Amino acid sequence: MHSICSQATTVPISNFASGSRSPALAFSKQVNLRFCGLRKEAFGFSGLTHSCSSRVPFSSRGYSKKISASAESNGTPPKSFDYDLIIIGAGVGGHGAALHAVEKGLKTAIIEGDVVGGTCVNRGCVPSKALLAVSGKMRELQSEHHMKALGLQVSAAGYDRQGVADHANNLASKIRNNLTNSMKSLGIDILTGVGTIVGPQKVKFGKVGLPDSIVTAKDIIIATGSVPFVPKGIEVDGKTVITSDHALKLESVPDWIAIVGSGYIGLEFSDVYTALGSEVTFIEALDQLMPGFDPEIGKLAQRVLINPRKIDYHTGVFATKITPAKDGKPVTIELVDAKTKEPKDTLEVDAALIATGRSPFTNGLGLENINVVTQRGFIPVDERMRVIDANGNLIPHLYCIGDANGKMMLAHAASAQGISVVEQVTGRDHVLNHLSIPAACFTHPEISMVGLTEPQAREKAEKEGFEVSVAKTSFKANTKALAENEGEGLAKLIYRPDNGEILGVHIFGLHAADLIHEASNAIALGTRIQDIKFAVHAHPTLSEVLDELFKSAKVKAAALNHAPVSEPVAV
Amino acid sequence: MDSPFLSNTTLSFSSSFSSSPLPHLFPSVSFSPVRFKSTQRRILTVRSKIREIFMPALSSTMTEGKIVSWVKSEGDVLSKGESVVVVESDKADMDVETFYDGILAAIVVGEGETAPVGAAIGILAETEDEIAEAKAKATSKPGASTPSAPAPTAASTPAHPKSTPANAAQTVAEGRRKTVVTPYAKKLAKQHKVDIESVVGTGPYGRITPEDIVAAAGISPSKTNEGPAVVVEARPAAPTKATVVSSAPPILPPPVPGSTTVPFTTMQAAVSKNMVESLSVPTFRVGYPVTTDALDALYEKVKPKGVTMTALLAKAAAMALVQHPVVNSSCKDGKSFTYNSNVNIAVAVAINGGLITPVLQDADKLDLYLLSQKWKELVEKARAKQLQPQEYNSGTFTLSNLGMFGVDKFDAILPPGQGGIMAVGASKPTVVADADGFFSVKKKMLVNVTADHRIIYGADLAAFLQTFSKIVENPESLTL
Repeated sequence: MHSICSQATTVPISNFASGSRSPALAFSKQVNLRFCGLRKEAFGFSGLTHSCSSRVPFSSRGYSKKISASAESNGTPPKSFDYDLIIIGAGVGGHGAALHAVEKGLKTAIIEGDVVGGTCVNRGCVPSKALLAVSGKMRELQSEHHMKALGLQVSAAGYDRQGVADHANNLASKIRNNLTNSMKSLGIDILTGVGTIVGPQKVKFGKVGLPDSIVTAKDIIIATGSVPFVPKGIEVDGKTVITSDHALKLESVPDWIAIVGSGYIGLEFSDVYTALGSEVTFIEALDQLMPGFDPEIGKLAQRVLINPRKIDYHTGVFATKITPAKDGKPVTIELVDAKTKEPKDTLEVDAALIATGRSPFTNGLGLENINVVTQRGFIPVDERMRVIDANGNLIPHLYCIGDANGKMMLAHAASAQGISVVEQVTGRDHVLNHLSIPAACFTHPEISMVGLTEPQAREKAEKEGFEVSVAKTSFKANTKALAENEGEGLAKLIYRPDNGEILGVHIFGLHAADLIHEASNAIALGTRIQDIKFAVHAHPTLSEVLDELFKSAKVKAAALNHAPVSEPVAV
Repeated sequence: MDSPFLSNTTLSFSSSFSSSPLPHLFPSVSFSPVRFKSTQRRILTVRSKIREIFMPALSSTMTEGKIVSWVKSEGDVLSKGESVVVVESDKADMDVETFYDGILAAIVVGEGETAPVGAAIGILAETEDEIAEAKAKATSKPGASTPSAPAPTAASTPAHPKSTPANAAQTVAEGRRKTVVTPYAKKLAKQHKVDIESVVGTGPYGRITPEDIVAAAGISPSKTNEGPAVVVEARPAAPTKATVVSSAPPILPPPVPGSTTVPFTTMQAAVSKNMVESLSVPTFRVGYPVTTDALDALYEKVKPKGVTMTALLAKAAAMALVQHPVVNSSCKDGKSFTYNSNVNIAVAVAINGGLITPVLQDADKLDLYLLSQKWKELVEKARAKQLQPQEYNSGTFTLSNLGMFGVDKFDAILPPGQGGIMAVGASKPTVVADADGFFSVKKKMLVNVTADHRIIYGADLAAFLQTFSKIVENPESLTL
């Protein structure tokens, strides 16, 4: 199963972070938040005409000299290449890279051993959004209090499980087709089979029972993604003990389901299951739920998303053994104290969902042929996604993006990394700022974030010796949120008062996932608070929550005199 | 209101929140404990070294507050300025912090409970030695408005004796059988102060389900109705002149599991009341076949002018009633006839899950076209729920037509305050033999009148129906 695209939901260490897995992961690994975004091109858009470049003779390229130059260092490099760029894995990361490569005039092929779209489109963000759309509507219809406040009367809301499941499945196939068509129409070769690296700039691919083909490319991007991580001791039967792969098919709605791991995947599924009538028990290895979120946001989210719902939780425990239901017995879960390792409790539930994070899918890639040793399965890369070999040297012409490198396990991060790599191989140096990549959790209401959490920012400030300030605004003061009767929510800005730099923004509230981009774009473009606060927002919109947030920040007077990022243009 | 010209004002409106110096007016934005600290409100008062933490007044309109969560637990050491508890007022959730160092000795009002402003919600001890004293103080305080005293565990669950011998034996037999409680059941138990140990689980694998807790707490299980299914404005549906003492509520059968209870809308309640009242009136029914070929032919002619079948039938009934005033009368007190000077035909209409009877007043006097127009207006008003009382409760005779559904005949219930109601079935081709023995196919419609036998007797009704039949069979008079 060769799949890419990053959908991983929890930080892999979130639940089973004991001995074998280093709990002391570097900060960059902690940011393993994943979420999913598709490039616009996935939906058929293309600014390019067909005649473009993919068939242009290779030698006509301006950078062909570089190829022969670099070939020297490569042992046995092919003299000419079948492709400019080969991408292994057609998930969201590979797809984003491929589209950008075509835009840049590269002859591109993409190798996929499973289905186009990878985890995100087939077993992750996309179908889960369909389920969450249903849960959001159910929640609204079931909230008698909410409906009454709006003057609405609704009779008992119900659902058809198969209908909901079909909606998720149909959405996935629709997006998958869009993705495939967008690549085909641009002239990207989709090579079917499992890709293996056989040597520098050389990839073998083939299906079982068929002869392998070998293709060469000037540059290779590994984008093989990840699979759900199942800790040992847990027996997944796909019926009562399941991973997100199974849960998204919604083959059943158990009365009571335990969710192991309270990161994004777990949280989103708790939203779906409780809306459909299940009761949920969270099992979290860390001492508090929702690790990885800004603590203040996590606290508020717990008050809204957990406490009032039919959810209870066990924190600071490992699920060391989970046995599927059989012989008339329920699913049993043995809990062990995370610190003392003492047995703590045994749960009996109808089903268990394992949402303990995702493992990179890098087996069988032939990494041994090029002397690369994975770290817990992840392929080591530098900040430009260049693969590092066992001796710590960069391997020329080989890159790894997305979940497989573990930098930030989010679909749109993979895509951004892919685009960054294509920029580099076409002659423009580019380093992706991961702190500008937003993440979102599509609960009701949603949670979104970009940049640092408050503790991270304070730690950094301590080290580097600057001051940190925090500004907050409430959705309760926003007209549009109140009109929707959804005033529950908070936006939080973490910034440097000395120069107005935005360090992080965290939002919990209605449509938070859509609201974050103003902040993430500001961080990506280096826009300072003193400049963005003059940007105008339509009234009344939810975006005014951020408007107010920026306006409430207190940037020191000294910073206000510096020139804005770009001069305003009078029109 | 989204005009760009207004945006200036709105901007200042919203920005006033961010820099608001008026926390007592807009506490909702005051998410930061910092701002709250700076106000003059004091949460704690000095009481020797044991201090009570009071429910603060977070807004000028707040009379009580709900404890969202205790940030600190009993036994935690507090330092001045630390958040202790999150309180939800009528406007917002706010962190409340202590103004004194000390130890949180006791929580008097638990999470999710409410307390009036000024009530003690927790006890703060200055030193560890005073904790016991503070705790004693806390228990002597019956807390807040909600029953926080952990009293009625045994009392509230009489159905499940804790340790009968049989139970004990069972427990032993099953070894260390643990109690399995679902998450929601746990929450309910806490909320309703049900001792989980005393509840016997009836769910799968013997687990304790929310239903078990609800049963143990003695709450009626059908509380979770989702609201009425139809939207109908409050307004009585029919005249309610008769006074009948509503009988004592009958003993209800136990609800079928999985059933939902949807309360009546106001209109449905009025219908129900009237139907029950009708039981006090001795009624009888007389049916009559009416040939409608002529009426149908007329209808085809006048239809383009906006005349409806309802208007035709109402007009025909009204004209027949003029000749039989007793059928248009009513019996108010059981001792007398009340003859109505007007012939007002009420027509039953089903609307949005309700039933209403708009009235065509003076149907005998208005011509067909006016009547049709009037009817159209009434129906529109009924749909818009704008009927005035005299437009639905002034009927003297009611017409109910189910013919459009293909119903051949049916039996209507007499509305209180009227003498008769006519139930009209569908007009259907029927083979008839005339006096000379010739067969022909005529369209026949069965009408069935229910009447109050105290005032209208069989012959009265039969004569009325005969007249009605003649009018319908020779409908030219309808257009005059």
